[in-house]
Amino acid sequence: MAPASASAFEYAPAPESRSVVDIAPSYGLFIDGEFVEAADGKVFKTVSPSTEEVLSEIAQAGEADVDRAVGAARKAFEKWSALPGSERAKYLFRIARIIQERSRELAVLETLDNGKPIKETRDADLPLVAAHFFYYAGWADKLEHAGFGASPRPLGVAGQVIPWNFPLLMLAWKIAPALATGNTVVLKPAETTPLSALFFADVCRQAGLPKGVVNILPGYGDTGAALVAHPDVNKVAFTGSTAVGKEIARTVAGTRKKLTLELGGKGANIVFDDAPIDQAVEGIVNGIFFNQGQVCCAGSRLLVQESIQDELLDSLKRRLSTLRLGDPLDKNTDIGAINSAEQLSRITSLVEKGAAEGAEPWSPECELPSSGYWFAPTLFTNVTQAHTIARDEIFGPVLSVLTFRTPDEAVAKANNTQYGLSAGIWTEKGSRILAVAGKLRAGVVWSNTFNKFDPTSPFGGYKESGFGREGGRHGLEAYLDVR
Amino acid sequence: MPTTASAAHPLTDVTASDSSLRRFLHGLPGVDAVGLEARAASLGTRSIKTTAKAYAIDLAISMVDLTTLEGADTPGKVRALGAKAVRPDPTDRTSPATAAVCVYPDMVAVAKEAVAGSGVKVASVATAFPAGRAALDVKLADVRDAVAAGADEVDMVIDRGAFLAGRYLKVYDEIVAVREVCGTAARLKVIFETGELSTYDNIRRASWLGMLAGADFIKTSTGKVAVNATPANALLMLEAVRDFRAQTGVQVGVKPAGGIRTTKDAIKFLVLVNETAGEDWLDNHWFRFGASSLLNDLLMQRQKLATGRYSGPDYVTVD
Repeated sequence: MAPASASAFEYAPAPESRSVVDIAPSYGLFIDGEFVEAADGKVFKTVSPSTEEVLSEIAQAGEADVDRAVGAARKAFEKWSALPGSERAKYLFRIARIIQERSRELAVLETLDNGKPIKETRDADLPLVAAHFFYYAGWADKLEHAGFGASPRPLGVAGQVIPWNFPLLMLAWKIAPALATGNTVVLKPAETTPLSALFFADVCRQAGLPKGVVNILPGYGDTGAALVAHPDVNKVAFTGSTAVGKEIARTVAGTRKKLTLELGGKGANIVFDDAPIDQAVEGIVNGIFFNQGQVCCAGSRLLVQESIQDELLDSLKRRLSTLRLGDPLDKNTDIGAINSAEQLSRITSLVEKGAAEGAEPWSPECELPSSGYWFAPTLFTNVTQAHTIARDEIFGPVLSVLTFRTPDEAVAKANNTQYGLSAGIWTEKGSRILAVAGKLRAGVVWSNTFNKFDPTSPFGGYKESGFGREGGRHGLEAYLDVR
Repeated sequence: MPTTASAAHPLTDVTASDSSLRRFLHGLPGVDAVGLEARAASLGTRSIKTTAKAYAIDLAISMVDLTTLEGADTPGKVRALGAKAVRPDPTDRTSPATAAVCVYPDMVAVAKEAVAGSGVKVASVATAFPAGRAALDVKLADVRDAVAAGADEVDMVIDRGAFLAGRYLKVYDEIVAVREVCGTAARLKVIFETGELSTYDNIRRASWLGMLAGADFIKTSTGKVAVNATPANALLMLEAVRDFRAQTGVQVGVKPAGGIRTTKDAIKFLVLVNETAGEDWLDNHWFRFGASSLLNDLLMQRQKLATGRYSGPDYVTVD
């Protein structure tokens, strides 16, 4: 029965079926409850990063469309914000349940459009998306108990711009708290991953959400810029690169718009010599190779105590050799495709810079597919704080390994970055976890784990990683007029 | 086929005294329970289909220690078990034989005769199995009995009481003594009863203790307590044998036992082996399943793959 050549356990391909999702040849903008053409008729294509196959043609929103969408949201705001919280909660619960029911379809869609493994969309993204809607549905009728005054009021129209690394999850992080607090939304998904947001528009219709409460405007940076600058937008929420975040901050400065920014990161993952080594290795892998490292809170700098450096690196390299890279729709794939050609070239150039500056790259033997955008998991040793790859966010599956000798040195190196989004601590000593965590300037500090998310837990950054918090009770504040 | 080296390895010194042994065992990296269980669960989501599944089922069958450890065991039952181990599926002779039959010492001779000439090994639980609560002399006599009756493999239980009391050297000395009695005649599997050791740190320490004392196999449990083999404790023991070989060059086998009843479960364990210790362990010389009901499920799944239809329990033999 077994193939004669099978000397070891070679997994046969286990592809998830594409037929669970119907992708139309073209999509419009979602404004006031309807799919419509862009005013100037512009369109763009979205491709599957793992195959470069064109998935669909998408209407590209221009300034006139932004104006239309903001107008629809403004009109809807009057009724939506006047609803009792318990009524808004009903819609949110309905959306959450529909997402659960359609999660297989949405997971496949997200994998096709983004390139990340089905394992991650199925087991991480979609459950979290539903959980966020459930969580904020629970808050909708309890806002007066959230600690933001006796009768906190919604802000109005929220203009939201989200990135391509977790398209549907970032949508949930933005839309769920906005709706729960009584705001209406105009959201711009990233140009490389608009599909799941457009499917979400369909979920909103299925849930019977009143027209205009959620509007989706696919487009490029100029669409986002027009949205952010629109005078009738009351609140701007952005997740993406630090450079764009600074641009947005400049645009919003001097207006009365409320702003939250969730930007880049260069997270330190600190492994002390008494760490649970096997689990630390898993945490390092999860920290930097989850979603091909395209995670703003990725643990992209490994700070390892000098005394266990060799042992840890041996374990890590052995573990990397078992990672399976390839077809993201295969249920056994650990590493999928890089989201776009542009991102791939950015990763490639930073890795070349790292090597040119004297750091030593290492990758496991692995065959890259011939079409699509791929980058092998890579780690750099001999890295110092002065190297570009230790300072710039690479946003790819590239780990920089640095060492330290004392806890103080670890903290100093971890904090020596312009960012401050995440950090990790690995040690069996509880008192050290508390002592070190208290000194780290990062919005999230994980101990003996990494990249764990939960709707109840606030998330956000220090320094150039942005400001404001998403998730948890704190996430409500960004959408409320707190007096 | 590589065999277990019996020569002294670089870690021999650590067993010089109770305190050096304790220092060594307590110096092993800790185990984070949440992380360990998460890793075991994530490997459990590997999707195994078609050719990989067919290969895995045959491999799993060849790794089964077909076991009967009942007070009510009779020679007739043991003979039936032996016949089944040699030819698991009478309707399909392409099925591989199991690795061994596992019986109490007084049944070894019967089992030996039942599998004679087939290559199927006879394993015997000795050392006052399953509690291990007897004097060392009694335990050694038990082992001597089993080996004299022709056992190819001896499954010993450790003194969990001594281990939990921190008397590691006593546990070590017992294993060494049993190892001596086994000599070259029988391979030694050391059973920790992981459900009674209570913490993952203890399981890692016990694994290293067993390997330092010369175990050919480390085995999770007797199958006689509430918690037996789990993906997490098997993963932990696979990490231990992997690390032990890296440090000493000595390869040790792993045997999860008890509670593995379905093909799906067995395949999850094979995934753990494949991705933790590696393909060097994907062989019945280095990995076993201690199970009795598992075999029938493997056979039914095997029939389903061959015929496209699921037959049902009357199409495989009862013991």
